[in-house]
Amino acid sequence: MTLTLDSRDEAMLAGDHGDAVALAMRVITRVAASMQAESLLDISGAHIDSCLYHGQAGLDFALRLADDGATVVVPTTLNVSSLDLLHPELYRGDDHTRSQALALMEAYEEMGCKATWTCAPYQLEDRPAFGDHIAWAESNAIVFANAALGARTHRYGDFIDICCAITGRAPAAGLHLDDARRAAVIFDLSAVPDRLLELDVAYPLIGHHIGKLVGTRVPALTGIPAETSEDRLKAIGSAGASSGSLAMFHVVGSTPEAPTLDAALGGNTATTHTVTAADLRVARDQLTTAATGGRLGAVSLGTPHYSVAEFGRLVELLDNRHIHDNVGFYVNSGRDVVHEIALRGWERRLTDAGVQIVTDTCTYITPVMAETYGVAMTDSGKWAYYAPGNLGLEVVFGSVEDCVESAIAGEVRRDDTVWADA
Amino acid sequence: MPEAQRVLVAGEASGLVLALDEPLSFWGGFESETGTIIDQAHPQVGESLAGRVVTMAVGRGSSSASTVLAEAIRLGTGPAALIMREPDEIVNLGAIVADELYGITVPILIVDEPTFIAIAAAERATISPSGTLTF
Repeated sequence: MTLTLDSRDEAMLAGDHGDAVALAMRVITRVAASMQAESLLDISGAHIDSCLYHGQAGLDFALRLADDGATVVVPTTLNVSSLDLLHPELYRGDDHTRSQALALMEAYEEMGCKATWTCAPYQLEDRPAFGDHIAWAESNAIVFANAALGARTHRYGDFIDICCAITGRAPAAGLHLDDARRAAVIFDLSAVPDRLLELDVAYPLIGHHIGKLVGTRVPALTGIPAETSEDRLKAIGSAGASSGSLAMFHVVGSTPEAPTLDAALGGNTATTHTVTAADLRVARDQLTTAATGGRLGAVSLGTPHYSVAEFGRLVELLDNRHIHDNVGFYVNSGRDVVHEIALRGWERRLTDAGVQIVTDTCTYITPVMAETYGVAMTDSGKWAYYAPGNLGLEVVFGSVEDCVESAIAGEVRRDDTVWADA
Repeated sequence: MPEAQRVLVAGEASGLVLALDEPLSFWGGFESETGTIIDQAHPQVGESLAGRVVTMAVGRGSSSASTVLAEAIRLGTGPAALIMREPDEIVNLGAIVADELYGITVPILIVDEPTFIAIAAAERATISPSGTLTF
């Protein structure tokens, strides 16, 4: 199998559109060859993860492109960065990293990317449609685009995201193609009691569990009530892309490429794993490093970024009560969503209750949380997976209801009745 | 001498072998400043990848792994080469961009199962640009 380029690709590679475009096309063709792609295809949008600062190499690459005048040729959104530009006072890192991170953000804006600064670009008004080819980086966004929207992106990493955006091209391989999108393994959840599947807390645990088992295969989930909400699909995908490399999944009866199990399989034969309530309880315990009953230091919600519906639920649960003085209560979200909740009057109510809203970034990737005395709680499988290593915190995973009640009491509380016979 | 099934990033390398018992996420699991594994849940936490011929069956984790690997290669704390069973585009990207930006080549090879097992048990390995392995 060899890669055949069309005349536009050849011209870009030859430097007809400048050194930056040539570099971008070189990176794409090298990756395309490693994916055994036979050609490149047109994309209609991109989402950039490379704007999050991880060292000089990322900045060197962005400046090589931006200083040569490269600009994106498709609508391109930006992932979270290391800084909250709307709440800069929260940043507790060093000045050098801050200035490097800012330079990186500016380089991507200079190339024409939109200053969305969110890991949940699928919550923006303009989002990809079914069947669109896109080049998205950020693991949770990739899996959501493929699974929930039926848009097509391979599991792209940093660097190639911007290369695709400035050339408008991506390798015709991997999850862009029908074959790779079909389910190759089944997870049957019909043994999990309905009372558990009716709760949001089940979904990050399902994601964490399947992420560990799935490898590079695409799973189909059966036995989940039809029309699973986008927030629940987001929870499955983000947790599974943290515990494993989940980049696409089907929920039969809910996701667009899985009206039936047969449609999801597309002729593949697949083995079936039965998932039980006990498996989900194990997942909960794997995402928990501390006991309940101790002092609560912080709560972090919104990994991935909170949606309008999730904010609505939080306002309802707080019910005009105030967070305990010892507890830092953080909710990460995108600017656009925060703008929307401000219009609804919720931002003010949350702030009055003692909630700190964090935009543009996330509490697990950059030092924005105040010093935490005690355990941290979250309802996010992804945050619970990464926070102990990244932040050195003890973490208890719970439902959003557990997080709110604990935050008001100042003590780690979890309602375990739902797990009673699991 | 065994040959790679596929050469994803071509180059020369030689070094002591480090056989990873589990896949490593370069972002969150590895520190580019020191080249060491920092994932507390990884069985080889504390080991250094710097200058080693690293065997890792498959890739894992975040999109940001590409940048972390490229940064480690820039700093000289990255692996000398990566030997894998399955390609991982996110890992490849780190090595491709480090090559493009700094001219430092870290070869990535895909090998068959017997070769993977044999090289993981070896003390040293040498890789040629065509993908020939000597160990």
